[in-house]
Order: sequence, then C-alpha cells, then structure tokens
Amino acid sequence: MVRQHSLRKLRILVSVVFLLSLSLVFLDVKEFFPVWFREFFLFLQFAPSILNFATIVTWTALGFLIVILLTLLFGRVYCSFFCPLGVLQDVITRFANFFRKKKRRFRFLKARNILRYSILFVVTVAAFSGFIIILGWLDPFSIFGRFMTHIVRPAYIHTNNWVSSLLYGWNIYSLHPLEFRAYSWASFGAVAALMTLVVWMAAAYGRQYCNTVCPVGSLLGFLSKYSLYKIRLDHERCNSCALCQHACKAGCINSKEKTVDMSRCVACYNCLTVCKSNGVLYQPATGKARALESDPSRRNFIAGSASLLLAASGFSKALAQPQAQNPTLIPEQKEFPVSPPGSKSIEHFTSKCIACHLCVSVCPKQVLQPSLFEYGLKGFLQPRMDYHTSYCNFDCTLCGEVCPTGAILPLNREQKHVEQIGKVVFIRRNCIVRTDLTDCGACSEHCPTKAVEMVPWRRVLLIPRVHPEICIGCGACEFACPTEPYKAIYVDGNKVHQIADRPVIEEQQSPVDDDFPF
Amino acid sequence: MERRDFIRKTAAATLVAGTTLKFGNLSSLWALESNSSDSRPYDLVAVRNGEPEPMFDSAIESLGGMGRYVKPGQSVVVKPNIGWDVTPEKAANTHPGLVKRIVEHCFEAGAKDVFVFDHTCDLWTACYTNSGIEDAVKSAGGTMMPGNVERMYHEVQIPGAVRLKKAKVHELILNSDVFINVPVLKHHASARVTIAMKNLMGIVYDRRFWHRNDLHQCIADFCLFSKPTLNVVDAYRVMTRNGPRGVSEADVVLTRNLLVSEDIVAVDAAATRVFGSEPDTIPHIVTGHDMGIGNMNLRELSIKRISL
Repeated sequence: MVRQHSLRKLRILVSVVFLLSLSLVFLDVKEFFPVWFREFFLFLQFAPSILNFATIVTWTALGFLIVILLTLLFGRVYCSFFCPLGVLQDVITRFANFFRKKKRRFRFLKARNILRYSILFVVTVAAFSGFIIILGWLDPFSIFGRFMTHIVRPAYIHTNNWVSSLLYGWNIYSLHPLEFRAYSWASFGAVAALMTLVVWMAAAYGRQYCNTVCPVGSLLGFLSKYSLYKIRLDHERCNSCALCQHACKAGCINSKEKTVDMSRCVACYNCLTVCKSNGVLYQPATGKARALESDPSRRNFIAGSASLLLAASGFSKALAQPQAQNPTLIPEQKEFPVSPPGSKSIEHFTSKCIACHLCVSVCPKQVLQPSLFEYGLKGFLQPRMDYHTSYCNFDCTLCGEVCPTGAILPLNREQKHVEQIGKVVFIRRNCIVRTDLTDCGACSEHCPTKAVEMVPWRRVLLIPRVHPEICIGCGACEFACPTEPYKAIYVDGNKVHQIADRPVIEEQQSPVDDDFPF
Repeated sequence: MERRDFIRKTAAATLVAGTTLKFGNLSSLWALESNSSDSRPYDLVAVRNGEPEPMFDSAIESLGGMGRYVKPGQSVVVKPNIGWDVTPEKAANTHPGLVKRIVEHCFEAGAKDVFVFDHTCDLWTACYTNSGIEDAVKSAGGTMMPGNVERMYHEVQIPGAVRLKKAKVHELILNSDVFINVPVLKHHASARVTIAMKNLMGIVYDRRFWHRNDLHQCIADFCLFSKPTLNVVDAYRVMTRNGPRGVSEADVVLTRNLLVSEDIVAVDAAATRVFGSEPDTIPHIVTGHDMGIGNMNLRELSIKRISL
C-alpha cells in the first residue's frame, strides 16, 4: 500500500509543476523561458494537440495519443496531472476549505451522462463542421488560457508597473513598466462567466465541471471505463466507512454499494490515501470486472453523433463565411478581417483556433486581440489583427511559434517578410494631405516594405501612393494614420493568405565628394 | 527624477518660455538656460572621413571639451534616434558606437547620471536591443530608460507656438540638467529629411497630433520649448531613400560625417547639405529659421571643418 500512497504525492508534484509552468508560459512577456520549456508543457494538452496533429501530422503533435494511452492504462490522469484548469479547481477546492468551519466532505453524485455526452456530441459535431469555437469555449486548456490572458496577466502587468514606479522613486531602474494596449471586455465577460461556473462548481462539489461540462473530461471518461488500472473497493476488506467517498472530489465512489464510476474518476488517488482498511484498490482490472461495466449512454452517443454531424455540416456553411460589411455606410470598407501571419487563410484559422489566447498573451506588439464578430459568430473570441490597437512587428514570428493547435503555423523570418495577410487600401479623400493641405506621411514612415510611398502632389506636398503587390498587411500604416474618425489608409484582410512580391532593391553608389558641402 | 525637481524645472521652463514670449527676443533669453555662458568657439563643427567615435572626440575637443556642457554632479539625458527595430547596418537608428562615446564623455566630465531613451515607433524593447544601443550604453555605464510609458510624460505649454501649443514631454527631458540630442541623418517620407529638429518628436507622447496639425509647423513649434544643450548629428551611414525605416541595406550609403552644434537649425541645415538637398527645400528648417529658433544661413556661421 506504500506505493499506492505515493501515487497521490506524485500527482500533487506533477500537477503543481504543470500548473505553474503553464502559467509562466502565458505570463512570459519578456520571452525569458526557452522554446523547449513552452513546447514541453503544451505538448500534452489534449485538445490543442489533437487539432495540431490534424494540421501538421508530425510526432511533435502526438501528445494527445500519449494522453489516450495513459488513460487506457491508468484512467483520467490527464485531468489530475496535466490539465491546468483541473489542477486550478483542486487549488480552489482546497482554498474554499479554509473558509469552512467544518472541513468539506464530498458525497457520491449521480452521473449526468446524458448532459455530458450530449455536450461532447455537440462539440465534436460542431468541430467537424467548422465550428471549432464551441470546443474552444468549453475546453479546459482554452478556459485556463483566457483566464491567464485576461485576468491574471493584466493583474501581473499592473503589479509590475506599480513595483516599477516604486523602484523608480528610489532611483532604481532595474524593473521597467510593461505596456498594456487594449482590454478585451468581451473576453473578460466570457472568462468571468465560465470561471464563475467552474469556481462555483469546484468550491461546492469538487470536480463537477470536469464531469458534467468538460468535453475532454467526457471523452477521456468514456475511455477510462476501459482502462487497465482501475480504482475499486475490495468487497471483503471495505467496511463502507465512506472515508473514500468523502475524499472523492469527483463524487464517483459509492461506498455503500462499493462501486466506483471510473468514467468520472479523475485519478487523484485521494481515496487510496484515506482508506484505513486497505479496501481501496488500484490494480489491473480483471476480465470479470470489465464485463460488469455497462453503458446505456454509449449507444445513444454513437447514433446521435452521426445524424447531428450531417445536420450541422449543412448548417455551418451558412454561418461560416465572414460577412462583407455594408459598403455604403462605413468608409473603411474592410471585406475581411485579418488573421495572423501563418494562419494560411481565414477558413483554416477559424476552423483550428480554440481561442486559448496564448498568442494574444505573448504578442509583443499586442496587435493580436480577441475578435467579436469580425470572423462571424463561429469565430467569436478567436484572435484577429487589430490595427487600431497596434501593428505587427516585421521581424516577429512568435504567434506561429507558440500556437498549440496549428491554427497559426510557424513561419521563419524570411517567410514572414513576404507572407501577405492583407492588402493596403488608400482613401485619398480622407488623407490629411488632401483635406488639410499639409505634409503627413505617417503611413509611409512605418511601412517596412515601402508599399506606401510618398509622391509629389500639388507642387510642394507629398501624398501616399500604395503598391498592394508588395504589401504584407502588417497594419503599420493603418495604425499610424492620424485621421479621425475613419482612417485614410487601412488593410483589408486576405481571405486566403498570399505571397507578396519582394520590394525591388536598386543598388546605389556611395558619394565620392572630397570636401564639405558647405 | 524627483517630483520636486520636476516641478521646479517645469516652472522654470514655463517662466522662461513665458518671458520669452513677453519680450520677444527669443535667442538671447533662451541662452540663459544653456550651461555655457561664455562665447562658443564655433557655431558648428563638421568632421568627416573617420569612424563615429574619433570624429566625436575631435569635434567635442574643438568645442572645448564636454566639460563646457556637463558640470560635475549633473544629470544628463542623451536622446538618440532608436525608432526602429533594425540592425545598425540599416542606419535607421543612431550609431551605437557614437552614443556610447558620448555617454563616456559625459561621465568623464563628471556627470552623475546619464540616461538614454527614445519614444520608439517599433516595439521599444526590440529597438533598444537590436539597434545595439542598449548594450553600448550599458557598457559605458549609462542607464537605458523606457520612452513608451505614458505616465512618464507630463504636459507642458509652448508659448509662441503656432500649432503645437502644448505637448506631453518625457520627464527625463524635464528633469535632467543637460540634454544631448543625437539624431541620425536620414531620408524621411513625410518630413523630407529627419535630423535634429525632427528627432525631438521622440521626446513627446502624442505624435499623431503633429501629423494631424501640419507636421512641419509642429516640428518647428516644439523647438521653442525644447532646446538641446548640444546636437550631435550622426551622418556616418546615411539612409538616402525609403526613410525613415528603410527597406534594405541598399538604402544606405557610407558618408562618414559628423556634425555638432548648439544651434539646432544650423546643424539641420548643414546636415541637409550632406544629405544632398538644399535647406530651403525643407519646410520645417525654413519655418524654424523664420521663427528665430536658429540660423539656417550657413554662410553666416563660423564653422570648424575637420577632415580625419
């Protein structure tokens, strides 16, 4: 039994390491941690890994398979060891106990199979028909990501800036303030709503989010029924004292009946530790024990998904296209939003992104901001390039490097320099040079390829001329344009990303003057 | 950096600017702010055919050494152009070696602190690192400070300005005893060229206002408020087109020049010639001259020319 006791310690150790490390991945605003650190801890994240594998099909995206194998061997270890939201719930449950006079006792809960498998159905069907975002809203990694990005990170930045100003006051200049460009209230709302649900469920019932809502929990739970190692109560030794039941945050142990619902067990191993009569066993299931399992919901599960899949695929086509805006009402006529460089096309991006907002978190220019309905309903909260907030750094390739789902594929610097995610459009009648008859040129200043060039106009002035073929759509011109309320220059997204022409580079001779020109 | 200093400085600046407006004689009153009350040996020093560091050494020596501008115990702010996230070879930012040498001279003259910053266009941390300026300044013992944080900017009035009547200026400029302006000479899409006057755009917070309100006039207006102790123009590598960011290294020619002057208009006029243009074709230089900020007529200046 000593070995069984140490399982809980192992679980606590691994889970704390994962929770802290994934938090640091989201908070790494200074790119302090090496690439392998980020990649290692993202590797085992279930939903991102599946999506990534579906896109790039390499062994670096096989984390989900390892999770499935682990589940088939040991049960839902993902939920207690690696899932950041799961571990966060454990922390919340523990924290909530501090405020209770009487230490909380969990009790056996009825399985909500119809609800949880229905959610899994809808999520799966929606994902196959392009509505990946429903998975994104419910997926634990994504919820954790948005929680880090929109609640923890702002708090971290403000604390940093407060400490920094304190140190500045003492003439210590080692800690500089961090920029904070825009706050996404929509994301905050979405995070706050789901986190309230998760926290309330965690504080009141333990792992109930995982066992009623979480689609990853439901899928792994389904597999967990067939796992090799199972928790079970020894009918001889168990005296139905209910210690294990009270310690079970998943509410899956019925000590009176001496049964354990493995589909809801999150493999926390608390029951093994509390049992005083060695009545809780964690061992390979016998053939008999396996046969005893029956699952009325499984048939519904499979039958339902087929029909829903058909219905949803037709339904999704109608809503999937981002709608063009009314051309007569809005001066900046953006036909398409701009998806991040490396995302190949709006279609690819919106069907792969689960809105975990890791790219939003790490984007050094903070140009990546959660969308509202720019991508249509199916892209709610998926990040877009927001050129009124910032613009894309020419040399930066970070979003593609961090994206765990393959929605944004990595680009090297050379590729990034010609990856055309949108094209420049100039509205001359909005331009300061024309309206005020003064020089401006902020757009051309910022342009890294000189797709916006200043040409002589009305004898003494210079006015922009655009060359969309060498524009990469970084949005620097749109960001810099000072006109209000509408910009005189903007980037219209490319529905499918293109390769831009390279700017023509003409060599020039160094001057051979031998004297001062004055 | 203390609040008291800041208030005192701001008050003094406003007072001086106010009296200036009242009595009209701009240049003589502004000279009170300068550390050098004795007559300067030259209006402008031009050096050519050298590396940035020795060119600055000889220029500052001919002006009587850095001690003329920096007194022991004073705080100095050096403001290079660090606007873009590019390498030194692209010459979109001031030469890091030059900035380093200036910082060293300041410390040799007894400066207490030497701060370096710019309100960059690209990501400031990337600009500081990739321009090579952060390393250069740190190795000389100077302190890099952020220029993109709004709370470090404070509003000032600019009496006499035509368009830019107020601006939010970085507290390092308001609080330091000495201000050394170290622009790089390069082509500029909107301002035609960017040199010392234009470089002051990097010490204010809201630049969009300038673009919306007659850029050239705002550049000249701001020189009424901010008069650097010394202007050092880096014309070692010159970006002759596609400025101010540049597209490739082919936009850059090696000219190996350096210009130093207390007169911001004069140094811009001279640098414009090095660039290959005439000063009277650059609207903000002409406006600055007409407003009495400095003298763009190079023939009227005493110029020290040094060829290395």
